[in-house]
Amino acid sequence: MIHFPVLRWGEPYQSLETTEVCHFSTGEPVAAVSQANPGIVARDLRKGSERARDVLREIPCADLLAMVKKGGELFKTADLPLGDGVQTPDDFVRQQSATTGLPEHMCRMNMGKLEYVLSHLDKVLTSLTRKLDYDILTRGYGEEDGVMRSYQATTPVLGMVLPSNSPGVHSLWLPIIPLQIGLVLKPGPQEPWTPWRMAQAFFQAGIPKEAIALYPGMGEVGAAVLNNTHRSLIFGGTATVEQYAGNPGVQVHGPGFSKILIGDDVVDNWERHLDLMVDSVLTNSGRGCINCSGIWASRHTREIAQAVAERIGPIAPLPPEDPEAALAAFTVPGQAAAISGDIDSALKEDGVEEISEKFQDGGRLVSQEHCDYIRPTVMHCASPEVAMSKKEYMYPFVTVVECPQEQMIKAIGTTLVATGLTEDPSFTRALLDARNIDRLNIGPVPTIKLNWLQPHEGNIVDFLFRPRAFQQAG
Amino acid sequence: MSTESAVTDGRATEARTGLDAWVREIIEWHFNPDTGCPFWLDWAQQAGWDPRREVGGFGDLCKFPHFEDEWLRGGPVRRWVPKAYADRPAFVFETGGTTGIPKSRVAQEDFRIDYELFSDTLPEKCFPRGSNWLMLGPSGPRRLRLAVEHLAQHRGGICFCVDLDPRWVIKLIKKGWHEHLKAYQDHVIDQAVTVLSAGHDIKCMFSTPKLLEALANRLEENGSSLKETGIQGIFAGGTEFTPQWNRFAHEELLDGIYMTPTYGNTLMGLAASPPSGPENGYKITYYAPQPRAVIQVVDPDDAEKVVGYGETGRVMLTTLTKEFFVPRFQERDEGEREPPCEQYPWDGVSGVRPFSRLASATTVGVY
Repeated sequence: MIHFPVLRWGEPYQSLETTEVCHFSTGEPVAAVSQANPGIVARDLRKGSERARDVLREIPCADLLAMVKKGGELFKTADLPLGDGVQTPDDFVRQQSATTGLPEHMCRMNMGKLEYVLSHLDKVLTSLTRKLDYDILTRGYGEEDGVMRSYQATTPVLGMVLPSNSPGVHSLWLPIIPLQIGLVLKPGPQEPWTPWRMAQAFFQAGIPKEAIALYPGMGEVGAAVLNNTHRSLIFGGTATVEQYAGNPGVQVHGPGFSKILIGDDVVDNWERHLDLMVDSVLTNSGRGCINCSGIWASRHTREIAQAVAERIGPIAPLPPEDPEAALAAFTVPGQAAAISGDIDSALKEDGVEEISEKFQDGGRLVSQEHCDYIRPTVMHCASPEVAMSKKEYMYPFVTVVECPQEQMIKAIGTTLVATGLTEDPSFTRALLDARNIDRLNIGPVPTIKLNWLQPHEGNIVDFLFRPRAFQQAG
Repeated sequence: MSTESAVTDGRATEARTGLDAWVREIIEWHFNPDTGCPFWLDWAQQAGWDPRREVGGFGDLCKFPHFEDEWLRGGPVRRWVPKAYADRPAFVFETGGTTGIPKSRVAQEDFRIDYELFSDTLPEKCFPRGSNWLMLGPSGPRRLRLAVEHLAQHRGGICFCVDLDPRWVIKLIKKGWHEHLKAYQDHVIDQAVTVLSAGHDIKCMFSTPKLLEALANRLEENGSSLKETGIQGIFAGGTEFTPQWNRFAHEELLDGIYMTPTYGNTLMGLAASPPSGPENGYKITYYAPQPRAVIQVVDPDDAEKVVGYGETGRVMLTTLTKEFFVPRFQERDEGEREPPCEQYPWDGVSGVRPFSRLASATTVGVY
């Protein structure tokens, strides 16, 4: 069986504790993963964090950029070390699908997305650094246009507690190495594949091994990563977001609650945007934080819900290798049933109706021997007051909420991506000013369409470098 | 069944015969109105059968129900004191107690006897007689605190202690006050570092795994090490011990210092473990101090069935001392049944960890 060791600054370490990751549909073990203990994490980070940044600072940022670009190519195309042998790109797709439940074509799409980001990383960084000369980041200071600029790294390494359910999120940590900051990754239990393969691709492209550490493990290992790095990213649910809210050292990526907000000036022509709505809900099996989980309008909401339900309600589970497969499996036992139960509870409230139900013989929950699916679900909410209007789950689930335009921004709550379908200048201004919206699209842009040159939930460069005053006596 | 045991059948049989005889003596003691404690005498009266007549050996203890530690909550604690020992000074040790009334165990000499027996298992070279100890573990109304101090005294040393309130630790965890938790751990380690730096010639210590790790890290941050403080032997326990942590400690923290993991709690004595290392995958196997305590590994769904060697089951404890009788208590731990070994010709348990069906309710924090 394939074995993933712990990577202690690039050095493999086989733990006495391993966990098996299993095929979501057959239950067969696919790989054994060495489990780090928190003490190892604390010790390595104390001893090796500064070294990680030092070895990267010995290489100019431009060279590191070239290396990670090369790494992106290798990630997508090369046979790379895994276990006792090598892993082909096709192996990667099959294996990632097998343990995450994501259809293979989606795994391939995510692979392409990561390669795309790496191949455009120079542009991404130019944008995120606002064209700052990289040497200033390396040296800590330098003149630009006759003005002294100084930036101090807030940490020698960035810790990351990664999820299992959405391989696309790995794009967030790809710009780190060229910024000469080391990487400390705690992979999601079902998704050891991407961090490992990306690390191997980076090593083959020339990135020093001392710059990357991988610590598979359970919750206490994630806590050790957070506790022993000055800056870290964590992915989790609402509880995780609340736990780390206000902690300046932790950037939390939680549920997106992304939405499409239809202005009164456009809503009578809502049919024109049906494809956009369906894509925003359904792409990547609804697993991303950028997937739309709420469509808000002041009228026609029942027709909108009906039309979306007609499109996505009939979608049923297909084998992961089927190119038409649109649904990812729930691989954690009991999770899908719990979600479906939660939906049933919220349905009891007046003003909530499950519109997709009539397209689904046998109900929304599809239980199989080793995994479960939930079929795409469309709810109509007669007002924003009902609890269902604030729900989001990690599958194609969307509420269509009737709400007057003037109440909409206040009622939607925190929203990662909002697509405002409007040409009304005053509504556009209100959306621009709304502090509960992070990424804003005005006009027909699907919520899942990202512009990689723009920051996502905060600018990672601002998170890792602080501008400060610096003077040097002549 | 494993055949790894180096123990002859003869020694195992001898141990079993000795256990049966000890069970008869203990049952006679606890259920004789002249010597027994009010709790068990009342129990026998209500049960309607006389254990002194019906218990002929360890196997007959299955006639008793499983001991419930809830019985230990609240007073009067004197109901647990055997009549024959009514005039002896008594201690009360508590477990839990974060919320509500804690469980209490009355003790008189048991903790001393248990730790003197454990003392015999310690290698003299690593725990030199006459050397002083550091107790880096829970303080307050805990058996461990006094027991370790007695161990040090029994071996001719003096025990230095820290203040550590585990109930506050558990509250911090439950409240999610992680910064306070870290600060409290730092506070405890500050005390340990101060004691170790004060010229007390400390060569031995008790520590929990988490505190040992924190102490080693702090000393390294200060440019020192456990070894440099003069520590030669560590008796560790109090919380879960995994083979991986055991290996990590040996390879990266201890620098040749001897460490012996133990398993125990307020209800039982102290289960010791034979040396572990790379030769056995750092597996830790605990053996109860039979006949004073017996550990069985039983089917979680049918505690009457002991699982096969190497199989996983729930830990079931029977304590058989003249101070305290605890029949068939189902611990909140699970592990694998291990065969007898040369040093301990009776069953042991390895891989001890929180019982998986209850694990989510178990909180292990700073200590």
